[in-house]
Amino acid sequence: MENSLKNQAAIAGVGQTRYSKESGVSELSLASEAVANCLEDAGLAPGEVDGMVSYTLDSSDEIEVAQCVGIGDLNMFAKINYGGGAAVGLIQQAAMAIASGVCNNVVVWRAMNGRSGRRMGQGTGQQIVSSDLIHWSWYQVYGMLTPASWVAMIAHKYMHTYNVPNDTLASVATTQRQFAVSNPAAFGYQKPMSTEDYYHSKMVSYPLRVFDCCQETDGGCALLITSTERAKSLKQTPAVIRAVTQASVQGQEQMTSFYRDDIASLPEMEYAAKRVYAMSGLGPDDIDAACLYDAFTTEIVMQLESFGFCGRGEAKDFIADGHIGPGGRLPNNTHGGLLSEAYIHGVNNIAQAARLIRGNAVNQPDKTVDHVLVSSGVGVPTGALILGRD
Amino acid sequence: MQTAGRIKPPMTADNGWWWEQAAQQVLAIQRCTSCETLRHPPRPMCNRCRSLQWDFIAASGRGTLASYTVLEHPQFPGYQYPIAIALVELEEGERITAQLVGIEPDDITFGMPLQVSFQADPDGFVLPVFEPAEEN
Ligand SMILES: [Zn+2]
Repeated sequence: MENSLKNQAAIAGVGQTRYSKESGVSELSLASEAVANCLEDAGLAPGEVDGMVSYTLDSSDEIEVAQCVGIGDLNMFAKINYGGGAAVGLIQQAAMAIASGVCNNVVVWRAMNGRSGRRMGQGTGQQIVSSDLIHWSWYQVYGMLTPASWVAMIAHKYMHTYNVPNDTLASVATTQRQFAVSNPAAFGYQKPMSTEDYYHSKMVSYPLRVFDCCQETDGGCALLITSTERAKSLKQTPAVIRAVTQASVQGQEQMTSFYRDDIASLPEMEYAAKRVYAMSGLGPDDIDAACLYDAFTTEIVMQLESFGFCGRGEAKDFIADGHIGPGGRLPNNTHGGLLSEAYIHGVNNIAQAARLIRGNAVNQPDKTVDHVLVSSGVGVPTGALILGRD
Repeated sequence: MQTAGRIKPPMTADNGWWWEQAAQQVLAIQRCTSCETLRHPPRPMCNRCRSLQWDFIAASGRGTLASYTVLEHPQFPGYQYPIAIALVELEEGERITAQLVGIEPDDITFGMPLQVSFQADPDGFVLPVFEPAEEN
């Protein structure tokens, strides 16, 4: 791979706000607090930041956050599209800026009043202002207004094709909740979920129940990306970017890739996997833990196959064997993930991955964690990231 | 399922013609006039040959159920629940997403034969839906 970003940059700071259902403050306030906490964590003065990246869906402009935090001259500012599909795209943007010499220190963030403000699970309504109005209209006209409704179509096909029982989804939900129970930052802190609880949750869009869906959260999370060399002189153990890529493939639609040949898999995630494994020189066997994007339980099931942790149709067995839980071969979302910690659009999953590499994460596995895999939103233009220890 | 409250598509040069056909009870599939490749959903350019010239064919309206979901929650004004949504494999080879009517959700099965029909809302808006068909 000629244009490799391998080992060029590292995550050197992680910051977040309190995660809640009603922050009582503005999204700009959350963004600024997360960014300030991130720089404090890294031990970097705000004036040293020269690049900023967030989501197109984020309501806080780079310059507004810069004003609040006291960030000065900026060489690069960008926003990445496609909802949660942006997540590791932020890291790629930052790593490219650093590897090319455009920037020295890039801060990335996502902050939202996702419960008290605009709730994604409550539908697209009439408020879509993006250029893909026509795209959504093919679905809105029939009442398909929510991410769950779009994801369910592919998830159901996958489950039918490979005989995946509903118990597999229940297992993903309860396993991640088990992690969240011991995470003070998580929605699921000290709130266990039994399989019975899972099956008693309301049906949303078959096969997805309420407990298959992620949280809706008020909160912010930010990360500092700098060169691997510079990261070593800052306060924290660097989480080195072994590989990072965005990924979109032919036939890609946003949430509704219903018209390409194979609709029982995630071709864009397979492409992301191919890219990050090639760039890092690693394979699935080298990955010690994962933070796979989990807006819905079914996305975990399908991604285990996309990233080659098991073969097609085998994820249900991989999960039943306990591999994604505590002490498993691939502990996944050990903070609880978007399902049970908070929905900060995937940035909180990257934060957990960086902490796992530092070795001081909540629910840190009782084994050496050399490499952690992270992914962006599922069923949208996406991406993947592998972090490693220096 | 009749309702005047549903969110109507914006009508632009890229999709308005399709809804005009639906209003005439035609299930249209866009076709490249240069290489004759069919495509759905409609877009302005053929991704096989880059032609901007297109017409459409009237689909037979027959197909099979490739996947489906049943919308139960949350419930939005302007729609009647539960809503079964079908991903239909048309016999012309393209797929289309539309509501499935005339069947209880529990009776829906993958691969079942379907047939298009057209329903008009009280405000006159016409949209294609699918219903169970006899085996061919
Ligand atoms: Zn053509």
